[in-house]
Amino acid sequence: MENILLKDKVESLEGYFAAGGYRPLKKALAMKPAEITEEVKRSGLRGRGGAGFPTGLKWSFIPKDAQGPRYLVCNADEGEPGTFKDRELMLKNPHALIEGMAIAGYAIGAGAGYIYIRGEFAAEADLLEREIFAARGKGFIGSNILGSGFSFELYVHRGAGAYICGEETALLESLEGFKGQPRLKPPFPAVKGLFGAPTVINNVETLAAVPAIIEKGGAWYASIGTPKSAGTKLFCVSGPVNKPGVYELPLGVSFKELLEKHCGGLKAGVRLKAVIPGGSSTPVLTAAEAMAAALDYESLAAAGSMLGSGAVIVIPEGQCMVKLLQVLARFYHHESCGQCTPCREGCGWIEKILNRLEEGRGTARDIETLYSAADGMLGRTICPLADAMAMPVMSFVKKFREEFEAHAAGRCCAPEAAGKH
Amino acid sequence: MPFTLTETFKTRAALVCARYPRKDAALIPLLQELQREKGYVAEEAMDALAVFLGLPYSRVKAVVTFYTMFNRVPAGKYHLQVCRNVSCHMAGAPGLLARLREKLGIAEGETTKDGLFTLSAVECLGACGTAPVMQVNDTYFEKLDAGKLDALLEDLRHGRLRAIGR
Ligand SMILES: Cc1cc2nc3c(=O)[nH]c(=O)nc-3n(C[C@H](O)[C@H](O)[C@H](O)COP(=O)(O)O)c2cc1C
Ligand code: SF4
Ligand code: FES
Repeated sequence: MENILLKDKVESLEGYFAAGGYRPLKKALAMKPAEITEEVKRSGLRGRGGAGFPTGLKWSFIPKDAQGPRYLVCNADEGEPGTFKDRELMLKNPHALIEGMAIAGYAIGAGAGYIYIRGEFAAEADLLEREIFAARGKGFIGSNILGSGFSFELYVHRGAGAYICGEETALLESLEGFKGQPRLKPPFPAVKGLFGAPTVINNVETLAAVPAIIEKGGAWYASIGTPKSAGTKLFCVSGPVNKPGVYELPLGVSFKELLEKHCGGLKAGVRLKAVIPGGSSTPVLTAAEAMAAALDYESLAAAGSMLGSGAVIVIPEGQCMVKLLQVLARFYHHESCGQCTPCREGCGWIEKILNRLEEGRGTARDIETLYSAADGMLGRTICPLADAMAMPVMSFVKKFREEFEAHAAGRCCAPEAAGKH
Repeated sequence: MPFTLTETFKTRAALVCARYPRKDAALIPLLQELQREKGYVAEEAMDALAVFLGLPYSRVKAVVTFYTMFNRVPAGKYHLQVCRNVSCHMAGAPGLLARLREKLGIAEGETTKDGLFTLSAVECLGACGTAPVMQVNDTYFEKLDAGKLDALLEDLRHGRLRAIGR
């Protein structure tokens, strides 16, 4: 299958244009905005930022009669541990994102768009600014695009270090110049978003898929992948495989194929222990579960996990699951914005218990407390960060309980890894 | 120490503010601009920026303390930021951190006496496929190991901060 997103020789505007780029924009500008949204609905495209919400449907939530400005925001915060696809996509194919934003902006009637990119991606932000400037020079961005009467400004906005700003309403707060604390919903951003105006927020990978959908049609895109998980997905594979990296594959591909065919298998001497299939917030799978799993929204849900951002973290035998969970707990505790008591206290508590278990000061009761603390955080907070902590905790404890018990009894379960702690 | 915003800064600031319908949205980009000029954001700089944007000082302070990329004290010439999250952890980040602590004689959050290095442990840098990763100022160094780390430190000691291929 031909790649839609990760292609060669399209880094520059010239290369992108030579490969047929910006033809979809021209085509889109001759369509009615509502027709574009319909086409995207038909494609079955779902959000690639983690939640998998249908993209066309999201666009259609912008109130038809809304007066005043509307905004399009691209989420390029890429903070979910294990995820490194948007960076690759922006470096290799920046114009797919820029063109996708111009088309999406037209579809929702936005006059301006912002790319919110994590602050650490300095080189990527510079590159985007350069390429937007080039696109503006050709009349693809700016006022009266290609003589259509439609105007769309596009700006790059750099984050300043805070995982929580990847959550869409925290991102809006941050973009407005405040601390990144998630907002209560409703109102949803489509009604009251950036600067109080109707706003659509989409991930980089979602927006970059739009030009191909307009060019070749929603039905074509929907024919790729599975009936409910349409299209290709960027899978980012990290861990001890021979060829870690970003792979564009149809949704529904098996983990086994991804690992063995595309990533060149596990490194010599490595045995698979577990897989986190969709970024650090998604429940862990055992080796056996992973080897039987297909990577799409429905299959992973059926397997008790989630597709998330498509970040596949491969965990080898010898790694201590208690230690890895401690690393995650330290992260979520650090990143909790502190607004909700269950999240603030729960993350802190979980980290403390894991520290105790790691240091050999834990007890068997700690394991129950750990699990029930996580359970008590689920679904009780303003944003899903608390769930993102609770889900790994519950799945790690459930599936690798013997390692937690060994720690509680004062033994580290993975002596081979002890030196690496 | 009195702090005045430079004319260059004010010219840049006008352009940045123009990107947003409300000029206070430029707060974070302008703090970044100030940090780029001085290496950190001093209390006085926050105050000057608050006046410039017509915002209460408390708002500026709250923002600066919320985001991890703002330095409130001068950082070393090279800010070594080692990712400690899960993929880098499995690929040996704890060893790299230990090596840096030992070679530089400082703990995370500290700066060497000569002002050359600040060491930090940071969360996922979004480059897990090339773990372990360390960011030095704005530049990523990926697929690190002890040997590459030592060579990089030598380079930095000689004033060379250059990207290596991914
Ligand atoms: C704590 C947290 C962090 C998130 N981080 C990101 C992120 O880095 N990038 C992203 O695109 N979405 C992230 N999301 C999801 C966004 O809230 C939102 O669903 C997404 O940007 C919508 O775009 P999409 O529909 O195209 O996926 C995060 C959500 C949460 C709760
Ligand atoms: S769940 Fe946590 S991160 Fe999300 S709003 Fe509440 S305190 Fe903040
Ligand atoms: S875990 Fe280190 S870059 Fe992602």
